[in-house]
Amino acid sequence: MDIQTWTYIIVGLSFTLYIGIALWSRAGSTKEFYVAGGGVSPLANGMATAADWMSAASFISMAGLISFMGYDGAVYLMGWTGGYVLLALMLAPYLRKFGKFTVPDFIGDRYYSNVARTVGIVCALIVSFTYVAGQMRGVGVVFARFLEVPVNTGVIIGMIIVFFYAVLGGMKGITYTQVAQYCVLIFAYMVPAIFISIQLTGEWLPQIGFGSELADGSGTYLLDKLDNLHKELGFSAYTMGTKSTLDMFAITLALMVGTAGLPHVIVRFFTVPNVRDARMSAGYALVLIAILYTTAPAIAAFARTNLIETVSNAEYSNVPSWFKNWESTGLISFTDKNADGKIQYVADASQNELTIDQDIIVLANPEIARLPNWVIALVAAGGLAAALSTAAGLLLVISTSISHDLIKKQIKPDISDKAELMWARIGAGLAVIVAGYFGINPPGFVAATVALAFGLAAASFFPAIVLGIFDKRMNKEGAIAGMVIGTLLMLFYMIKFKLQGFGGGTEEEWWFGISPEGFGSVAMLVNFVISVSISRFTPPPPAEVQAIVDTIREPGD
Amino acid sequence: MSTKEARHKYWQKNIFYLIILLTIWFICSFGFGVLWVDELNSIKIGGFKLGFWFAQQGSIYSFVIIIFIYVYLMNKLDNKYNTNQQDKK
Repeated sequence: MDIQTWTYIIVGLSFTLYIGIALWSRAGSTKEFYVAGGGVSPLANGMATAADWMSAASFISMAGLISFMGYDGAVYLMGWTGGYVLLALMLAPYLRKFGKFTVPDFIGDRYYSNVARTVGIVCALIVSFTYVAGQMRGVGVVFARFLEVPVNTGVIIGMIIVFFYAVLGGMKGITYTQVAQYCVLIFAYMVPAIFISIQLTGEWLPQIGFGSELADGSGTYLLDKLDNLHKELGFSAYTMGTKSTLDMFAITLALMVGTAGLPHVIVRFFTVPNVRDARMSAGYALVLIAILYTTAPAIAAFARTNLIETVSNAEYSNVPSWFKNWESTGLISFTDKNADGKIQYVADASQNELTIDQDIIVLANPEIARLPNWVIALVAAGGLAAALSTAAGLLLVISTSISHDLIKKQIKPDISDKAELMWARIGAGLAVIVAGYFGINPPGFVAATVALAFGLAAASFFPAIVLGIFDKRMNKEGAIAGMVIGTLLMLFYMIKFKLQGFGGGTEEEWWFGISPEGFGSVAMLVNFVISVSISRFTPPPPAEVQAIVDTIREPGD
Repeated sequence: MSTKEARHKYWQKNIFYLIILLTIWFICSFGFGVLWVDELNSIKIGGFKLGFWFAQQGSIYSFVIIIFIYVYLMNKLDNKYNTNQQDKK
C-alpha cells in the first residue's frame, strides 16, 4: 500500500478512537468539566500531562532544531523537562492542597483581590492563545503533507475533532483522550527512532545508539563522525556550542520556569484525588516525557548524519524521491550556484546551495532512512495526536477562564452549576473558533510568540504562585506590582528585539547579551525583587489569608 | 494535624528537602550541562563527551530521579506526621 492509503487508515483509526472516548466521557457537572471530577488516577494523569505538554513543537520541530543546533539544542531538552522538578517540588502539591479549579483562582484567593484575579486571567489568556495558534497550524501542516488536502481544510478538520471532545467532555473528555493520544504519539516517535538506531549503529535503544560506534565496521563513534563531517563542511563541531554560556543559562532557566508556570500544565494537577497523588503524578509525567526527550537528541544526531551523507556533494539528478517530494512543499530548496549539478551543503552562506526547514527532520526522517510506508503514516498520526492534545488542554484553560474566573467569580456569583457549565461549553466553542482562525491566518510572529508564551508564564505566574506558597508575608500590593511589571517588561523586550518595535534593536544591543528567548529569566527575577520589596512596605495580608497559607503547608489532604 | 509545633517541624523538613534536591537539580543541569561543560567534555564515556551527555541526556535522567526521591521522602514524612490520605478519597 502507498503512504497515503496507510495515512488515511492510521489517522482515521486514531480519530475514531478519540471521538469514541469523547462520547463515553461526557461531563455532567462543572467539577467534571473543569477537573474531571477530581478522581483521575496518578498514572492516567501523568500520561495526560505528558500528551498535554508535548505539543506539535516537541513532536515535529524539536529534534530538527537540535539537529541544526547541536549542543546548543540542549536548552530545549533541559528547559522543557527541568521545569517539572520545579512543578513537582514547588507548585503542584500545594496547589492541589489548595483545591480549587484554576490558576487565577489561586491568585485571586491568595491575594484577596479581584484585580489580582483579573491580571491572572489576562496572563492565562495571552499565554494560551499564543500557544494554541501554533498547534492548529501544526495540524494543518501535517494534513497538507500527508493527506494532500489544503492546509486550511486540515485546520478545519482538526477544529471539528477538538470541538467535539473539548466541548462535550471538558476536562474529563480531554483527560482520557490525552491518555490515548500519548500512546499514539510515543509509539509513533519511537518506532522510526529504533529502526534508524539499528540501521546506523546496531543498537536498538536510540539513547545508547547515539553514543555508539557506527555499524559500518569503521569503528568510529557516531558523534565523532558527525563532528568530522561538520568540520569538513565548515560548521562548528556538533557537540560544541556557539551560544554564550550566559545566554544558554538564561534560555534554559526561562524555559524551565515558564514550563512550571504554564496554566494548562498546572491545572492537570487539580484533577487527581489528593496531594500524594499530585506528587506521584508529576513523577509519572516526567518519566513519560523523558522517553521522548531523551530520544529526540538521538534522532537529531542520526538524521543529521544521514542527511549530510545523502545530500552533500550528491548529483542533483540522482537525489532520492523524498528530496523531490519535500522540495515541492518548499521546505527544502536547492539553487545550483556554481552550476556543477551537485549539491554543495556548507556553512559558508555564499557557497551553500541548500536550505532545509527544521520540521523536515522528524517528518521526513523515516523516508530518508527508507523505512516502510506504515511507519511514515504513523508519524503523521503522532504529529496530529501531539498537536490536538495540546490544543485541547489550552482550550480548556481559555474556557475555564471565561466561565469560572470571569463569570462565576466576578460577574454573576449566584449562577447555577448548570448555567456555568453551559458557559464553559460556549467558552470552549468560541476558543476553538478563534484558535482555528489563527491557524488559518497565522500572525507573522508565531515563532516569536511561543518564546513569548514561556517568557510571560515565567515573568507572571511563577513568582506569584511560589511567593504565595513560600512567603506568608507576601501581599496583594507586592504580587500585583510584580506580575504587572514582569509582564510589561517581558512584552517590551520581546516587541523591541523580536518585532522591532520601540525603535527596534540588534543582537549587539541585547541587555547583558541575553536573547529575547532567555529574557524571561530576567523578567522573572525583576518580578521577584519587586514583589518582595513592595510587600515589605505595605500592610501584611489579612489573618484569614495567612490561615490559607498555613493550611496549604500542612500535611494531609 | 495536632500541634502547631508539629506543623512547623513538618514544614521545616519539607523546606530542607527542597533545598537539597534543588541544589542537585541545579548542579546536574546548569552545572554539568552548561557551566562546566567544557571541563567535563575532556572525559569521554563511549562515544559521548561527558558534558555533552549531561546536557542532552544525563540532566533529564537526574530530573526523573530527583522527583521520585522527593515523592519517597515526602510520603515518608506524611506517614510520620500521621496522616493517611489514602483513606480519604
